[in-house]
Amino acid sequence: MITKTVNQKAWLLVLPVLFIVALNAIIPLMTVVNYSVQDTFSPGVFFFEGTKWYREVLSSPRFHSALGRQFLFTAIILLIEIPLGVAVALAMPRKGPWVSVCLVLMALPLLIPWNVVGAMWNIFALPDIGLLGYGLNWLGFDYNYTQQPVAAWATVVLMDVWHWTSLVVLLAYAGLSSIPDAYYQAAKIDGASAFAVFRYIQLPKMKRVLIIALLLRFMDSFMVYTEPFVLTGGGPGNSTTFLSIDLVKAAIGEFNLGIAAAMSILYFLMTLLVCWVFYTVMMRGEDS
Amino acid sequence: MRGTKILLVCIYILFLMLPIYWLLNMSFKTTNEILGGFSWYPQEFTLDSYKTIFTDPTWYNGYLNSLTYVLMNTVISVSLALPAAYAFSRYRFLGDKHLFFWLLSNRMAPPAVFVLPFVELYSAMQLFDTPLAVALAHCLFNVPLAVWILEGFMSGVPREVDETAYIDGYSFPHFFVKIFMPLIAAGIGVTAFFCFMFSWVEMLLAKNLTSVAAKPIVAVMTRTASTAGYELGLLAAAGALTLIPGVIVIWFVRKHIAKGFALGRV
Repeated sequence: MITKTVNQKAWLLVLPVLFIVALNAIIPLMTVVNYSVQDTFSPGVFFFEGTKWYREVLSSPRFHSALGRQFLFTAIILLIEIPLGVAVALAMPRKGPWVSVCLVLMALPLLIPWNVVGAMWNIFALPDIGLLGYGLNWLGFDYNYTQQPVAAWATVVLMDVWHWTSLVVLLAYAGLSSIPDAYYQAAKIDGASAFAVFRYIQLPKMKRVLIIALLLRFMDSFMVYTEPFVLTGGGPGNSTTFLSIDLVKAAIGEFNLGIAAAMSILYFLMTLLVCWVFYTVMMRGEDS
Repeated sequence: MRGTKILLVCIYILFLMLPIYWLLNMSFKTTNEILGGFSWYPQEFTLDSYKTIFTDPTWYNGYLNSLTYVLMNTVISVSLALPAAYAFSRYRFLGDKHLFFWLLSNRMAPPAVFVLPFVELYSAMQLFDTPLAVALAHCLFNVPLAVWILEGFMSGVPREVDETAYIDGYSFPHFFVKIFMPLIAAGIGVTAFFCFMFSWVEMLLAKNLTSVAAKPIVAVMTRTASTAGYELGLLAAAGALTLIPGVIVIWFVRKHIAKGFALGRV
């Protein structure tokens, strides 16, 4: 741990960052707050509406179901991606030429534009000409993600697992490679079982990076938009309409500014709350 | 035990590669063959889809526009984040922890929240439909991320390095560029990689902040995607080409990538 000196001039070094992020964060956020408490009937004419839009959003079944779907989606992908990512990281070779090859291949999905990920899975899962869709139907499953909500859900989840599990793998792998060989040798001499090595050596060393993985995956899955939008367009029906998709629909599709803005603020507050928990946990880890 | 491990890694990588293979497979087929039915590999191998992309200005300008704002964003993000990360890693100052949290909270802000206000803001600044607008907008999440990663790498450099340099009479800018930056070169590379990556993969803001002149490839593609099934080969070829920049940048940082994903904090 580096001891830091008190120096108020350090503010000067932070100023450029402060300026650019403030431009992008504060001004738009104030615009949204403005919209969320006003109504308009013609351009430039606004009426103060107080909490009307908030009450409307909070009591609307549409918001509740989008929020419910969002939490369900986030819970499912976390339950799959975190254990799978850790398992793959544990199975990876620790030394040798294959490490780089594995890492590069695994990182590949992370570098594909999100709409290409959606388009790729769209093609991959088509029941008549896609490998996944054709294969499932050939095996005797009745699968068509454009018509069956369950199939659409399964496809969206599988796509997210495909897209993001590697992030967990890379983080867990970084944690594992920081463990000195001596630890493993000591465990061997003591005759520790593979499980004991995992429980008392590997898991504690991965704790920090796993917290980062868990929370990054939480945030990013909570604001997922492009991939499911391109894959299913939120359908069939509304079955895969997550929060961001619903929000963009309200703001740009229906131009329902008040509702969309109130939704944005509530959405933002939720992510902020989680972010605060994240930060507190991280910083506690840093101080100890 | 060892066998199962290798098998698990191989199955996982196979799972990752299958959709990519399918994309490449489609991109080398003619439209007739794609719509004609299922086949494991192209029966009538063709490069027509790629030829269309490289000869039609709407398509190749899409790539150029995307690369323009991605590079602009990477340069802006890294150069602004460098001094700030140094401040966070070396000094205590009034409100530093709150400021750091506030920066991070922007990395967590859903872009969907910001679409509409961004369009208004950048229209008011007369930047709408320019690569600069997208580059600046992507700073919302890339600058906090850059500060975060760089701070992690910088905290790994012992303080004695700074003190020795100051005693030797180096001024701050001189020390920072001549001594400190080479020490964290890997960190700067990894940070640039991440800025590149997150700007390259983002679509919602990039699409909505541009209309004609600065249209990014991701937006050009949605035009084709909306005519579903119609030009699948072209869509697949365009998608396949978006993989190339990622593969190139990842190759450069392959040695540091695991540490980078852990935000320099292992």
